[in-house]
Order: sequence, then C-alpha cells, then structure tokens
Amino acid sequence: MIAGLAFYAFAAVLIASAVMVVSSRNPVHSVLYLILAFFNAAALFLIAGAEFLAMILVIVYVGAVAVLFLFVVMMLDIDFTQMREGFQRYAPIGAVIGGILFLELLFVFGAWQSAGQAEALRLNPAPEGVQNTVAIGQVLYTDYIFLFQGAGFILLVAMIGAIVLTHRDRLRSKRQDIGAQVARRTQLDMASVPLGASIGQLGILRPLPPEEEKPKAVTHGQHGHEDHGHGGHH
Amino acid sequence: MRPCPGADPCHGGRVMEDFLNSPIGILSLTVAQTLALLVPLLIGVAYMTWAERKIMAAMQLRKGPNVVGPFGLLQPFADAGKMLMKETIVPAGASRVLFIMAPMLTFILAMIAWAVIPVNEGWAIADINVGVLYLFAISSLGVYGIIIAGWASNSKYAFLGALRSAAQMVSYEVSMGFVIVTVLLCVGSLNLTDIVLAQKGLWFFIPLFPMFIIFFISTLAETNRAPFDLPEGESELVAGFFVEYSAMSFALFFLGEYANMILMSSLTTILFLGGWLPPFDMAPFNWLPGPVWFILKVCFCLFVFVWVRATFPRYRYDQLMRLGWKVFLPISLVWLVLTAAALKIFGWLPA
Repeated sequence: MIAGLAFYAFAAVLIASAVMVVSSRNPVHSVLYLILAFFNAAALFLIAGAEFLAMILVIVYVGAVAVLFLFVVMMLDIDFTQMREGFQRYAPIGAVIGGILFLELLFVFGAWQSAGQAEALRLNPAPEGVQNTVAIGQVLYTDYIFLFQGAGFILLVAMIGAIVLTHRDRLRSKRQDIGAQVARRTQLDMASVPLGASIGQLGILRPLPPEEEKPKAVTHGQHGHEDHGHGGHH
Repeated sequence: MRPCPGADPCHGGRVMEDFLNSPIGILSLTVAQTLALLVPLLIGVAYMTWAERKIMAAMQLRKGPNVVGPFGLLQPFADAGKMLMKETIVPAGASRVLFIMAPMLTFILAMIAWAVIPVNEGWAIADINVGVLYLFAISSLGVYGIIIAGWASNSKYAFLGALRSAAQMVSYEVSMGFVIVTVLLCVGSLNLTDIVLAQKGLWFFIPLFPMFIIFFISTLAETNRAPFDLPEGESELVAGFFVEYSAMSFALFFLGEYANMILMSSLTTILFLGGWLPPFDMAPFNWLPGPVWFILKVCFCLFVFVWVRATFPRYRYDQLMRLGWKVFLPISLVWLVLTAAALKIFGWLPA
C-alpha cells in the first residue's frame, strides 16, 4: 500500500515537474525542474527494485549532465520578449509536428506485442539469488560484451570528433609550462644578506651562476629554516 | 530477540517486539536511530570548527579561541547563538525562493548522506546494497547548493564562485569515481559494510596507496577546502558563492561544509582505513570498541584537512584544472587498469 502511494506521489511530481520544464519562463528554473524530474524518476526506479539504475541516473544525469546544462543556461543572456516573438507564427507548425509524433506513438503502442516470457521477466528481472547490480553486470559485461564495447567505441569516436572539430590552438594565449618551471632551478641557496646593503652593492643573482661541484651547504638565515624543499609537489 | 519460554515474564518484551515490527514502530525506530546519529554529528560539526581554529592557531603560534568557557570550549555555541540572533537579509535582486532553498539543500544533502555510513558492523541506518553509489550520488549533488546560491544571489562575485565550484567539483568527481571503482574491484561489492569487512587483513591504503592520496586530495577539492577553496577565495571573490548570505542561511552553509568534511573523512575511512576495524586484531587494540576506532580515524582525516589548510597556499584556477584532468585522471585510470590486471593475473578477484 505504502509502495503504491509512493509510486503515485513520485509519478505525479515527475509529470508535474516535466510539465514545468517546458512551461516555466526562466530557463534556469526549467533546468531545476528537470533535475527534480530526474530525481523522481530515480525514485521510481528504486520502487521498481532497480537500485543500481536509480543511483546511476542520479550520478550521471543529475550529478554531471544537469550541472553542465545549468552551467550553460545560467550564463546565457536571454531576451525573453524576443524569444516569445515568433510563438504565434510557429505554433501551427509545432502543433503539426507534435500531432505526427503523438500518432506515431499511438501506432507503436497499438502494434506492441510483448514476448511470451516478458511477463515472468518483468516480475523478477534479476535471476534467482543474484543482486540487481550483479545481474546488470552479467548482462552487460558477459553476455553482450561486444555490443557494449561497440557502443563504447562509437561514443569515443563521437568524443574525439567533437574535440577535433572544436579545438583550436590559440596562438596568442600564454601557457604555463610546469615542467620548465620546475626544472628551472636545481638548487636553492640560502644566504645571509648583510643588513642595510642595497642591491646596487650586492648585485642581482640572475641568471643563476653555473652549477659547481659543491656540497649542499645550506647557510641558515636568521630565521632558522629547518626543512625547506618538502613543500609537496605542485 | 530471544525466545520467550513463559508468557507472563516477558509479556512486555513481546509487546515491544510487536510494536517495533509494526510500520509505526519501524518509523519511530528509524527516527530514533537518525537522531542518535545526527545529534552527535552536529555536535561534532560544532567542535570541528573549534578544533580547526585551535589547531590552526597552534600551527601559527597563536592561542586561538580561549575566552568563552574553559579552553574556549563554548565558543561554537556562542557563535551559533550570534548567528541565530542576526537578521537574514535577502538581496533585492535575488531570486527569493532559490536563495533561501540553496543553503537548506546544502545542509540536507550533507545530512542524508549519513544514512548509509556504517559506524560499526550493522550500525548503518540503511545498510543498502549500493551504499557507495549512494554516497557518490549525494556528494555529486553537493554542487547544486553552491551553484543555486551563486545564481540566486544575483551578484557577480557569488556567480563567479558558483561557476568555479561547479567546474571544480565535476572535474574531481571523475578521478574520485575511478578511485572508488578500484576499491570496488578489490571488494566485489557496493555495500559499505562489505567494503570494511574486506579490509580485515590489510587496510586498502597500503596496497592502493597512490589511490588513497588521490582520493584524499579529491575530497579536499570536493568539499571546497583549502588549497582548493577557489569558490570562496576571499582575496579575489570576497567570499564567493555565499557573499550575500547572512545569519541562519549562512550558518547552514557553514554547517553543511563541515558536515561534508566529516562525511568525506568517514568515506576515506571506510574505503581505505578499514572503517571500525582496529589496526591489528590483538589484545590492546581490540579493547577499544569499533565506533571509537571509526571516530579516531575520522578525526585523523579531519586533522589532515586542517593541517593542509594551515600549510598550503591556494591553487590558481588553471593549475587546479590541470591537476584534476591531466594528473589525477590519467594516474587513477592507469592504476585502475593495473589493479584489475593484478587481480586477474594473481587470481585475487573476490567471489
């Protein structure tokens, strides 16, 4: 009973927030409603006993994808009046496209035939005595490993393609070469500088004098540093 | 739950048992467990702020808070009282609802993650199968409190802080994910209790030492702590994402940040430092009960958090991104492959 109530509550919030995604005026609010919708979908997965899928949905979509959405949408400078200008003109076309998609959905569900074993599989999707996560792992990585790897390769190619298309070397930008910086000095010299002496009298140590064969004599300054040079790697 | 031989002597016990098995009983039991966890946690958060100020003071040869109460022990409560008395200011241009929601979200997320943390064997409020994923999901949601706060404040500084935070947390989550996967490979389960029990002979920080270091540094970045506290970098962004917050809404951010630190420390403890297990299962060590060991290890991690803050200067933003994407990600990926290969070759794969 409680599970049933929870299902209807989550489903109602899911549908309501999905409506708000398309109908709210501010795109940032839209994205936040989208996140709420993801959450409720995850809760529905949990009720269905698919805890792994629920967590992955939250981690991937809410934790990563929606953050990037929000990131982009927050920085957009949108003129709302301009956005609403063409609404009257495009409304009929939109309605036609929506109607066609709706009809297609109707056809699909009208002609839907599930396989004979589907009913039993739907009731207990995971094999006997195996956790949900393990069951998904077996299907993905054992039974259908080649298809899975193929899908991974397609995504990799898409990613490399996107990088190749958009990546440009900006010639004028300055880059930090950490290796060069780290390799710049081979040793640190501590020196006690006489009080009151100016740079004109002492001279500037630049460039560094050529390296000589001398023991690492660390002349302690008046502050008495004990162990410098272990400041961690940066 | 021992069997009752006679009806009369333990009649009361049976009534209690029946009550605890009814839905209301389960609910009240869960509420009691939650309170038993959250009240010490919040007190721990209060004293974490005190300890941080004391430790940093000691490291900088100062005294730290020492006026309110003995050794300044009542300082956190004085601070909390002050926060409560202040006025909550909502800026005129702010998006009101989101502005007030953001600190609540941060605080709630920092609290609900504790539902799965096993302080001792069988002591988790919800010992779920996918505990690690749950923690990872909740910690990846932490960014929303910050990003919503930054946007809703309608202030440039807050917004820049929020953007930095979003980029930083998403970047470090990737390498954290790989570290967690490596640990999971060695355990063969996503359950936090199983992860701790798998470390009975050897804590994972010994065989997976590089991953331990990467994980710890990533938790620093994930909690926006020094040296990765760019989202609030006071020298350039005043206070970053919470510039516009005051009074209780600010206090909620503050509590959330420190609760997150404790959460991340306990996650480090569970994944690498053997949870509630004593270092050696021998006489002087196993006299201390498990939760005490757990708390000691968490305190150690928290001390390192503070130590790092007192020691290291803040990273520059591009260096932070470089560290996350070009150093940690490749290292953790290679180590993941190495671990998998070693487990397969030597036949150490669990189950």
